[in-house]
Amino acid sequence: MRTEWQNDFAAALRNPDATLPPGIRDGRGAPRARRFAVYRNNHFVSLIDALADAYPVVQRLVGDEFFRAMAKVFVATNAPRSPVMLEYGAGFAEFLDEFEPVAQLPYLADVARLEWAWLSSYHAADADGIDATSLTVLLPTQVDVLQLQFHPAAQLVCSRWPILSIWEANVVDEGDGQIKPDAGPESVLLNRPRESVDVRRLPPGGGAFIQQLMNGLNLAAAAALATKARSDFDLPGNLQGLLESGAVIGFSVPGNGATRENCDTGV
Amino acid sequence: MTRSSFEDDTSPGPIPACAGVGLRATHYRDVLENSPDMGWFEVHPENYMGDGGPPHRYLTAIRERYPLSMHGVGLSIAGQERPDPAHLQRLRELLHRYEPGLFSEHLAWSSAGTQFLNDLLPVPYDDGTLARVVEHIDAVQSFLGRQLLLENPATYLRFSDDVLTEIEFLGTVAQRSGCGLLLDVNNVHVSAVNHGFDAANYIDSFPVGHVGEIHIAGHTTDEGESSATLLIDSHNRRVAEPVWQLLARALARTGPLPVLVEWDSELPAWEVLADEARRADELLAGLHDFSSGELALAH
Repeated sequence: MRTEWQNDFAAALRNPDATLPPGIRDGRGAPRARRFAVYRNNHFVSLIDALADAYPVVQRLVGDEFFRAMAKVFVATNAPRSPVMLEYGAGFAEFLDEFEPVAQLPYLADVARLEWAWLSSYHAADADGIDATSLTVLLPTQVDVLQLQFHPAAQLVCSRWPILSIWEANVVDEGDGQIKPDAGPESVLLNRPRESVDVRRLPPGGGAFIQQLMNGLNLAAAAALATKARSDFDLPGNLQGLLESGAVIGFSVPGNGATRENCDTGV
Repeated sequence: MTRSSFEDDTSPGPIPACAGVGLRATHYRDVLENSPDMGWFEVHPENYMGDGGPPHRYLTAIRERYPLSMHGVGLSIAGQERPDPAHLQRLRELLHRYEPGLFSEHLAWSSAGTQFLNDLLPVPYDDGTLARVVEHIDAVQSFLGRQLLLENPATYLRFSDDVLTEIEFLGTVAQRSGCGLLLDVNNVHVSAVNHGFDAANYIDSFPVGHVGEIHIAGHTTDEGESSATLLIDSHNRRVAEPVWQLLARALARTGPLPVLVEWDSELPAWEVLADEARRADELLAGLHDFSSGELALAH
């Protein structure tokens, strides 16, 4: 058999309409098509199951049967690239953005982003956050140019839709399933300071503020952009909430040498 | 690499010749809160390839109390491409971190080009495949610095190019690469029914001198096939009676070895899993009483 026969086998595995790959034999009392179908079924079902495990709230929002049919379309166009299955499903939100049959659920893709952010936070490296007292050593001029270093588990998801309220109402066996899609935008900060993933709804302008800080802007610049986005942006309140979340693990003041990094856990 | 280079290997936390179970996240709390009497645990390393978080914390706590074995599902040993260096690197880090007593993989392929197919796919038993599998195992053992146990597969298909029996194939691979073998007794039963060979004969002619671990698991019967029974290696229920009988037959040849109960989907309550392990331990205990170590010297 030529070395590349596995390419033919893989292509036939992933396409239910393809002809069978060459070289396989009929089984005892059974045609080879029936036998090959076992592998094809294992491939699709195991990957659909992996998506169902990763996106329980999306599944609850659309129903099991619809979810599995939709997941099968995703699987058919997105084979895993790695044997590390906890990475599989990373592009599901972008797939939902374009998936016509869910166009009437415009919040669905952002809910998927929130679920993926939760998983990313869950598996991210461990680290310890700093607390607010760490910043008290700084002069006001230093605070302005402060740049923050984020926890590997810190994830930000900003949406036009109330995604956290939808998520909370549909976390399996906990929520009442009621959703109010018109309740306004929500931005969510996720972090895993210790054992469990901490999920918090950000105050007005908080999403823009943290996004800019994550992009590397200093505190004054990030606050200015947040105020531009929301005139009621409250800098002290937002900063305090951010530090409480444990999502900041270090800071630096450029050109000054006043740095403190709190990632001495081997990360 | 030759067989002798692994013989002095004193693996930390050696796996005892008693029953263990596959460890899934569902049972972390049962194990850590109650410290049940269980010989050892086995995990899929791929489930611990995240950077941090609760999975590592749980596994670390369990590793402190029990011997641990790692059973890979992602190396694609029989694949057309050499094992993925990035995956090997991740494996090496995990093996270094957790120091499992045994490390095993499958005689199967699961990757083609850039795609990972998430299933253990079959290969023809021909000379080309044999040479490639030996070369890949050699590369893996050299990179990881330890012996790999290769598991006999459960298959649904065979190939027109088969020129060796599965036993000839596995025995030759073990001889040439210096790898050990993992005898999955449920896979023997599933393949025997699916391909119409005699499972007892297979057990009787298996190269037991290379075997370092035995697996048992539950399987299902595919209802879609009316002309002949098709068994699926589903790991979602108790071990079937014919498999228990094959286990006893295998142990009579191998002597005491680590025996793992695999249960990977539709997971049961902890007590059910522990009950399966207890039954395997009873078989092993009978073996000790019966032959008082004589068989242990056989290999």
